[in-house]
Amino acid sequence: MQVILEQLINGLTIGSFYALIALGYSMVYGVLKLINFAHGDLFTFGSYLGYTVLVFGAAFLTAHFGLWGAFVVATGVAALSIACVGVVMERIAYRPVYRAGRLPAVVSALGASIFLQNAIMVIWGPRFQAYPSEFIPDAKVMLGDIRISLLQVIILAMSFLLMGLLYFIVQKTTFGAAIRATAHDRKTASLMGININKVIFFVFTLGPALGALTGVMVGMYYRQISFTMGWNYGLKAFTASVLGGIGNIPGAMVGGLILGVLEMLGAAYISAAWKDVFVFVILILVLIFRPTGILGEKTAEKV
Amino acid sequence: MAPLLDIDGLCVSYGAIQALADVSVHLDQGEIVTVLGANGAGKSTLLQAVSGLVPIGKGSVVFGGEAMNRVPPYDIVRRGISLSPEGRRVFPTLTVEENLNLGAYTRREKKAQVRGAKERVFLLFPILKERCRQLAGTLSGGEQQMLAIGRALMSAPKVLLLDEPSLGLAPILVKQIFDIVSEINGQGTTILLVEQNAQKALRIASRGYVLENGRIVASGPCSELKADRKIQEAYLGGSALKARTNPS
Ligand SMILES: Nc1ncnc2c1ncn2[C@@H]1O[C@H](COP(=O)(O)OP(=O)(O)OP(=O)(O)O)[C@@H](O)[C@H]1O
Ligand SMILES: [Mg+2]
Repeated sequence: MQVILEQLINGLTIGSFYALIALGYSMVYGVLKLINFAHGDLFTFGSYLGYTVLVFGAAFLTAHFGLWGAFVVATGVAALSIACVGVVMERIAYRPVYRAGRLPAVVSALGASIFLQNAIMVIWGPRFQAYPSEFIPDAKVMLGDIRISLLQVIILAMSFLLMGLLYFIVQKTTFGAAIRATAHDRKTASLMGININKVIFFVFTLGPALGALTGVMVGMYYRQISFTMGWNYGLKAFTASVLGGIGNIPGAMVGGLILGVLEMLGAAYISAAWKDVFVFVILILVLIFRPTGILGEKTAEKV
Repeated sequence: MAPLLDIDGLCVSYGAIQALADVSVHLDQGEIVTVLGANGAGKSTLLQAVSGLVPIGKGSVVFGGEAMNRVPPYDIVRRGISLSPEGRRVFPTLTVEENLNLGAYTRREKKAQVRGAKERVFLLFPILKERCRQLAGTLSGGEQQMLAIGRALMSAPKVLLLDEPSLGLAPILVKQIFDIVSEINGQGTTILLVEQNAQKALRIASRGYVLENGRIVASGPCSELKADRKIQEAYLGGSALKARTNPS
C-alpha cells in the first residue's frame, strides 16, 4: 500500500510536469487551431535559462534572497524570458502564415522547433548538463507512512497553485470566457468587442512561461537536462492534452495528471522499460475510441 | 440632420465574387430600417461589412460623423454598433450568463452598467433569466435567438444590426421576436433589420431597401414598398405562391 501511494505521488509529480506543458499546447490549439510543435523546445530553452541562472548565481541569490531566492529567481527569469521568446516566435513563425492554411503553419512550427533545438545545442553544447539543485535541502517529508522529498512537495504545491490560478482565470473571469469564446468562434468573439490579438498574445506568453517554469522544475527533479529533452516531454504533454481533450484547459490538467500516474504505475508494476510504450498506447486508444478526449465536447451542441 | 449611420457606395468582393456593388443605405436616429432580398443577395455581407468582419473594397461607412472603414470589429462594438449574426452564433459551451457578460465585454469594468444591461435583457426575455446558468448549447432554437439578441444589446448599442432574427422559428415565436424588436426600438435603439420575412419586416420598419445580386433595386417608405407590384410578387405574395407549388 505504502509503495503504491509513493508511486502515486511520483506519478502526480511527473503528471504535473506533463499537465503544465500540456496547457501550453492546449491553449494555443484552442485559440489558433495550431499545434505549436516548438512548445517542447521552449520548455527545454526555459530549463537551460534556469540552469544558467542557478550555475552563475545560486550562491549570490541564496545569500541575498534566502533559501528560496535562487529557485524563485531562476523560475522567474526562465518564465519571463521564454514568454518573450513565445511572443517573438508567434510574430515570426506563425502570424505570417495563418492565412495560408494549416499545413504551412505545421511546417513553420516544425521549423521553429528545429531552430530552437539547434540554438540550444549551439549555446549550451550537445552534452547532458548536471542541474544544480543543492540549494533545496535534500530533506524528506513524512506524510503518515509515505516519504516525500521536500523538492517534490515544492513541485506539487507550485504546480497545483499555478493550475488552480489558471483554472480560475479561464473558467471564472470574463477574460477567461473571452478566451473560451475566441477558441470556439473567433469571428463572433470579435463581435463582442474582444481583441483577438490580445487573446493570442495571452496564450503565447502564458503557455511558454508555464513550459519554461516546468523546465526548471524538471531539471531540479531529475538533476540533468539535455537539448533534446523537449521532444520527449513535448510528445507526452501533447498526448496528455489529447487525452484531456485538446483545446480544453481543465482537460490538459486532468490529462497530464492521469498520464503521469499511469506511466508511473505501469513502470512500477509492469515494466519500466516499456513505460513510454504505455503512453503511446494510451494516445492511440484515445484517438480511436474518444478522439475528443475525456473533457472534450461535453455539451450537446445544437446546430 | 446627418444620418446616424451612412453607408455610401459600398462595394465588397470575396475574391472574384462581387457580393455588394455600390450599395448606399442610411439610418436616421430612432428608425427601424429593413433590408430585404433573396438568398445570396448580399444582406449578411452588408451587415458584416458594417461590423468590420469583411473588408470594404470601395465606398464608406460613416457612423456618428466618423469613418468606420478601417476600424477593427472589436472597436466598432465599443463605438456603438452591435450585430446579432445570422444563425445566432451563441457560444454553446458557455453559460447563458457568460454569453451575456461577453456581450458587455467592452464595458466589463463597469460592473453596475453590466448588471443594469442584464436586467434590461431579462425584462425583454424573462426565459433567459431562468436559463442563466445553463449552457447556451442546450437552449432551444428560439431561446438561442433571444440570447443572441440579448447579447447584442448588452453593449448598449446605438445601432443594432439584426441578421434574420426570425430564421427557423415557429410562427408564434416569430411574432414574439418582431414584437420585441419593436420594443427595443421603442426604447431608443436604431435598428437595421435584415429579413426574409418581408411581410412582418415591412410592418415594423419605417423604410426599406431591396437587395438583388448585391445591388439596391428598390428603396423607400415601407408603405410604398408594400404597394409595389414587383416587390409584392417577389417577396410578399410571390414567395408564398412559390412555397405552395414547390413544397421542397
Ligand atoms: N465567405 C465567403 N466567401 C465567398 N463568397 C461568399 C462568402 N460569403 C458570402 N459569399 C457570397 O456572397 C454572396 C452574398 O452572400 P450573403 O451571405 O451576403 O447573402 P445573404 O443575402 O445574406 O443570403 P441568405 O439570405 O442566404 O443569408 C453570395 O453569393 C455568397 O455565395
Ligand atoms: Mg444572410
